[in-house]
Amino acid sequence: MLALVSPALLVILLLIVLPVGWLAWQSIYHDGFTLEHYRRILNEDIYWRSFALTFEISLLVTVLALVLGYPVAYAANAVPKAWSVVILALVVLPFWTSVLVRAYAWLALLQRTGVINQFLRYLDVIGEPLALVHNTFGTVVATVHILLPFMVLPLYATMQKIPNDLMQAGASLGGSPAFTFFRVFMPLSLPGVLAGSTMVFVLCLGFYITPELLGGGRTVMVSMLVSRNVELYNQFGAASAVAVVLLLSVLLIFFVVGRFISLDRVLGQK
Amino acid sequence: MRTISPARIVLIAACALVLIYLILPVLIIVPISFSSARFLTFPPPSLSLRWYQQYFSNPAWMQATQVTLIVAAFTVVIAAPLGVAAAYAISQSKLRIMRVIHMALLLPLVVPIIITAVGIFFIYARVGLVATLPGLVLANVMLGLPYVVISVLAGLQSFDPAQEMVARSLGMNRLRSFFAVTLPQIKSSVVAGAIFAFISAMDETIIALFISGGQYQPLTKRMFTALRDEIDPTIAAISTLMTAASFMLVLLASARQRKSG
Repeated sequence: MLALVSPALLVILLLIVLPVGWLAWQSIYHDGFTLEHYRRILNEDIYWRSFALTFEISLLVTVLALVLGYPVAYAANAVPKAWSVVILALVVLPFWTSVLVRAYAWLALLQRTGVINQFLRYLDVIGEPLALVHNTFGTVVATVHILLPFMVLPLYATMQKIPNDLMQAGASLGGSPAFTFFRVFMPLSLPGVLAGSTMVFVLCLGFYITPELLGGGRTVMVSMLVSRNVELYNQFGAASAVAVVLLLSVLLIFFVVGRFISLDRVLGQK
Repeated sequence: MRTISPARIVLIAACALVLIYLILPVLIIVPISFSSARFLTFPPPSLSLRWYQQYFSNPAWMQATQVTLIVAAFTVVIAAPLGVAAAYAISQSKLRIMRVIHMALLLPLVVPIIITAVGIFFIYARVGLVATLPGLVLANVMLGLPYVVISVLAGLQSFDPAQEMVARSLGMNRLRSFFAVTLPQIKSSVVAGAIFAFISAMDETIIALFISGGQYQPLTKRMFTALRDEIDPTIAAISTLMTAASFMLVLLASARQRKSG
């Protein structure tokens, strides 16, 4: 059995474990051991600000995805089967569309001469086009769009397993619909909330294409810090140190969340 | 008939709005791709196929398309058997280490792709795999493996291993019994996993940005570079075609998965 699994394992070892290990090594070794690159992350303003901004954006995106995704998952669970198939199909279809295609679509919608600005000016709601893209706003709108399915799917899966009897029991004991929702349904859906939020937050931490194309150079997320250090400045040590800190953050989040719910539950959705 | 409560109306309205937000951007590229205008105007002044023509007559776009299709095809041909073998071993073996190996095979989903990309770039630079076709294929095999493993493991869950024991007790060896008894029954999840690996290879951008170059640049890398400079409607045409291809493949995969129950 080990012989059967070893070719796949070899690919993983050579193409992800070794490269990441190499990054870690490079972040502390350059003609001798050095913590210089990590010191720089702590001391230099740009690194701090980038990490802070990335965590802020990820948190904002997660909250927005939860607020938008919860009613969709709830509705998909509450409507008749045929409708829930339609809702889930609409959630999953953009999920399988290239991230680049969606970035293009958002540029076409949000730019100064884009669909939304043209429409608003046609209606005479605005005189000057609004700056909807090439800033943090555009990045967040497009990022939520891309990550929303990662929230809806685990929420739906969890809600589906909540027995309807419990809601009926709550109602028969005199609870109003709102009361049974907040006291019975919502607490039982929390594992789904946790799984979805973890996936969205962690994926957002590493987002690259969307902030690069829609952020307009001002929204410098950690992933852009990594790529710029490699491509523009040839600062391999600095890039590696930033990558290691990002990876440790992600692994720490998975570790903490894994103590509460099974990680299969988080990963199985992708 | 039951009266519809206000809470229910609010819920359905909220759900509809979110679904419009999800779907509309994907659909908006279709009319843009058929527009005759050089710059983005909406609604399009008149319909034309000029951007499709532009795409199909441009050698650079055509070569990038070819690279993408070749890479995706090789990725599936390599990732599918490796993933099936691994999933089979994980489901059959009771060894403790298999759990660790299972987790290791899911690593590509866990490690932020930008980190994987930079790491692979450093390794490839040492062994001369930057800007090569095998380099691109290998990276995509690694990214596609989890999809095959997850899909096939799900398929194997509803398969009774006792059937294979029966085949072996009747004199088949392990390999033959796998191909004769097991594989036909999990075929649907194998195909679904292979399709997902294909789509993942077709869409992969970030690793390609770092390790591809010269004549071996996939479509996504050229699109990314083009998008950084201007919003060329040719990309709307390419996007429409890519989206149509993905949708058809996903429909195929989900039809397959449903069949396997």
